[in-house]
Amino acid sequence: MFAIVDYDTGNTRNLKKAFDYLQVPTTLTADPKVLNQADAVILPGVGAFAAAMQALNDRQLVPVLQQLGQAGKPMLGICLGMQLLFQSSSEYGDHAGLGLLKGQVAAIPTNLGVKVPQMGWNQNNVQQLNSPFAAIDGQFTYFVHSYYAVSPADQIVATVDHGIAIPSIVQRQNVVGMQFHPEKSGQVGLQQLATFKEMVMANDFSSN
Amino acid sequence: MLAKRIIPCLDVADGRVKKGVNFVNLTDVGDPVAIAAAYQQQGADELVFLDIFATNEHRQTMADIVEQVSAQVFMPLTIGGGISSVTDMQRLLKAGADKISINSAAVANPALITAGAEKFGNQCIVVAIDTAWDAQAQQYRVYTHGGQQATDLDAIAWAKAVVARGAGELLVTSMDRDGTKAGFDTDLYQALGAAVNVPIIASGGAGNLADFETVFQQSPVDGALAASVFHYGELTISEVKHALAAKGVVVR
Repeated sequence: MFAIVDYDTGNTRNLKKAFDYLQVPTTLTADPKVLNQADAVILPGVGAFAAAMQALNDRQLVPVLQQLGQAGKPMLGICLGMQLLFQSSSEYGDHAGLGLLKGQVAAIPTNLGVKVPQMGWNQNNVQQLNSPFAAIDGQFTYFVHSYYAVSPADQIVATVDHGIAIPSIVQRQNVVGMQFHPEKSGQVGLQQLATFKEMVMANDFSSN
Repeated sequence: MLAKRIIPCLDVADGRVKKGVNFVNLTDVGDPVAIAAAYQQQGADELVFLDIFATNEHRQTMADIVEQVSAQVFMPLTIGGGISSVTDMQRLLKAGADKISINSAAVANPALITAGAEKFGNQCIVVAIDTAWDAQAQQYRVYTHGGQQATDLDAIAWAKAVVARGAGELLVTSMDRDGTKAGFDTDLYQALGAAVNVPIIASGGAGNLADFETVFQQSPVDGALAASVFHYGELTISEVKHALAAKGVVVR
């Protein structure tokens, strides 16, 4: 059973539909006990960083998620959910994140001749060829975001070019993040979710 | 680099897709889920569903359709037609829509754009603009109610106004070209592209492969929308994308 963290964010149900389609059982929950028992924790999210952290705080989920991540529980953050895994964000002030990934979240520069938000399909460039996610190389996935992760290179599995190289998949051991929306990225997105599921089932996150 | 998007548009009434769609051997030619799945297979980048009756009752039907499509088809879905409140928007987004398109309601009540953008984010709010060239006034005039009612608005000025109010994308239909298969109105899209910095989707006039090449090569649009050429199987989306790729246009 995968637990999708339920904290009043937007894309939760579409994400659940994608897992349903892949026949991966999921439950929407904010209950620490259920999160603890789950095979993996999925952290969705759309909207603003500070508001999302506040919503997690309101449910006393910040220490729960931090402990689970540190204890090796497989975790997948998606879109804003990925950004929350980092140490901090400069979106409307300076805000602490969950700190399970190293790095900060910053605004996509607007002076590079690209439109912000990045909204649409962009092509992935894999940076770690031995990653189970490497099949995404050359494939397009669907993005909607104005902020991006400034991450150490060793956490970056894949990037897309939007004026600058934007991390599209990040991983540090059991903690994985996808900046794109796998639930809106057609067959390629479903395949990436299936890859994560296989890593969970094999309990193998050794590639990073 | 972001890919240029190719977007089929589906008219929905009574829970069924109208305008005969016959590009594949669909057992049920009006089934929104089957049609959406077929377009996903062809490589569509996004789907637009337009509710052509748009009464309250039909909006619930539309929400049901969105619910079903988003369980089987995993790409961005834009819903339009008669949406006139934040509550309408919320219902459709909750059902699985990614973007909401508003047209006449935005003209009647521009504050709706801001209300939607503040609640759901700019990226959620698409303002659809129907426009035709007014030779006398020497401007693109905005029309509402499916092109039935002329307004005093100039399309370029209106585009700037809606973006300032929070629209995250513009879906702009040239009524001069719509249904003519004479190609997209690139002059219109050049003028819009110079005026705003949000994604622009061109609509109206698609007839052949060259029309898609021209609109992307000669104007700064991010996507091109078409209905009949795709529905009647005159062009497939993969054909369009191959032709674009051959001309150096980035497509998925």
